[in-house]
Amino acid sequence: MATSTLTKAEDRTAVSHAARIQHVSKSFGRPGAQQLVLDDISLDVAPGEFVTLLGASGCGKSTLLNLVAGLDAPTVGAIETSGRPALMFQEHALFPWLTAGKNVELALRLRGVPKSERRDEAERLLGLVRLSGAYGKRVHELSGGMRQRVALARALAQDSQLLLMDEPFAALDAITRDVLHDELTQLWHETGLSVLFVTHNVREAVRLAQRVVLLSSRPGRIAREWTVDIPQPRRIEDSDVAELSLEITEQLRGEIRRHGQH
Amino acid sequence: MASTKSSTETSRSASASASASASASASASASASASASASASAAKGADEAAGLTGLAGLEAGLDALESSVDQRTPRSETLRKKVLPPVFAIALVLVLWQTLTWAQIVDPYKLPSPSAVWSEVRTAWLQGTLFDYIWTSLWRGVSGFLLALVIGTPLGLLVARVRFVRAAIGPILSGLQSLPSVAWVPPAVLWLGLNDSMMYAVILLGAVPSIANGLVAGVDQVPPLFLRAGRTLGATGARGTWHIVMPAALPGYLAGLKQGWAFSWRSLMAAEIIASSPELGIGLGQLLNNGRINSSMPMVFLAIFLILIVGIAIDLLVFSPLERRVLRSRGLLGRS
Repeated sequence: MATSTLTKAEDRTAVSHAARIQHVSKSFGRPGAQQLVLDDISLDVAPGEFVTLLGASGCGKSTLLNLVAGLDAPTVGAIETSGRPALMFQEHALFPWLTAGKNVELALRLRGVPKSERRDEAERLLGLVRLSGAYGKRVHELSGGMRQRVALARALAQDSQLLLMDEPFAALDAITRDVLHDELTQLWHETGLSVLFVTHNVREAVRLAQRVVLLSSRPGRIAREWTVDIPQPRRIEDSDVAELSLEITEQLRGEIRRHGQH
Repeated sequence: MASTKSSTETSRSASASASASASASASASASASASASASASAAKGADEAAGLTGLAGLEAGLDALESSVDQRTPRSETLRKKVLPPVFAIALVLVLWQTLTWAQIVDPYKLPSPSAVWSEVRTAWLQGTLFDYIWTSLWRGVSGFLLALVIGTPLGLLVARVRFVRAAIGPILSGLQSLPSVAWVPPAVLWLGLNDSMMYAVILLGAVPSIANGLVAGVDQVPPLFLRAGRTLGATGARGTWHIVMPAALPGYLAGLKQGWAFSWRSLMAAEIIASSPELGIGLGQLLNNGRINSSMPMVFLAIFLILIVGIAIDLLVFSPLERRVLRSRGLLGRS
């Protein structure tokens, strides 16, 4: 979208939703032998809201994220987003022929930021994820956690109002993941971004989100939603988090069990 | 582990212990059994205030623990491991060769002594023709290769990216690679006559398929994740090709260029040996052919060595450093 000036949080509230998913279904395969992956999904993400999409493998949560990202088109239904959303993958997806800083600058360049401003802006974004010294570092010189933070900085460089995250911390060790949860929560507070975060980790979902949406599998449908009003900063080990996680896990197990019954 | 050097260190270790024992911290705060757990629960409450330094310190620690530093091998080691062995092998061959001719095991007409070849080099050098031979061929080879680069690159990109073009000429292009380019010499002579353009035609027919195929292979090996990441960043169409596909395909493309140069050089030599004409000047191929006509084995050997040396020198001075640089910058070069 052309209105890239909409960067401040107060402007974002002018829009009623960051993403609106309306009766979306998605099937794959040839006509006649089609497999329904997503069935009639409707979901709104409000400006500044943090929503996690939770589900077992094969529930189509990544497919849904691809649809929202515009990498694929829904078979039925419509998806509205304000501008092109930023997307973070499970793999860092940084370009190895560029340094960390240049990766961020490429996103700025593709967004149309003039050359004279790119360097400073890239430094600022790397500073946001606490990697000020990593501008000239090659991707392979960075640790897994640092790579994901550069990827986060690159996603932020798109200046999108909606950040889509596809299990971005799943490949990290527990300590690093924990730290990145804190980092992401803090960034979300600072930037006022809307986040749609896909995960299969129940505690991670509860740790991060204001709203947890549980998808059932094959086809993916919205099974249930929870509003999480545990105040931030939360810890993944907090008893409130554990309690809600237990409840959601029970429901998730129920959904999975249904698949073994026929 | 965490030593208490400064005040920031202390706050870091406090919040670290909070996160370490945080599963117990909720219940521990109620019981408040020990001062340590009390401080841990306090750290949780103070997390927001100390959050910045705590989180930053934690991250800095993790980063320092997990980062790896690229180390270049020292020059002396490169010399010992990479330069010495081939020098030794060459010296051994020279010694064997000289022994063979001294002992007169082989007919000196068939195998000239190294000194006879060396005197041929000296003669050519003193006559000032040595560099003329090399330059004539090198100029043709390099300009022919550059022309092949200009044609092969867009062709490869077209085959790689446009499905119809790939289906139409992809198989022909890879088939052409297995056709020895010397086969193109007779038709090229008939079409273009005995001149430089015939040489270039043979070079192009040898090198363009290599370069194009190398690029196609490079593009095919680009991880789909990069393409998806590029698309979400807005790199589609020509911008995607320029910013994502080309740089990602660079290693394969370079391998194609390397092979393209080898094919250029071979094709040129074939053309020069077969097509001799006074107007063409004396390149290395003609020198070889002249040696055969004059039954001068030292001249034949000189020509073969020069052809070999030019081929190796271009590879060693241009392609290998380029390839190493690209691979190293991407962390793809294993340290041995």
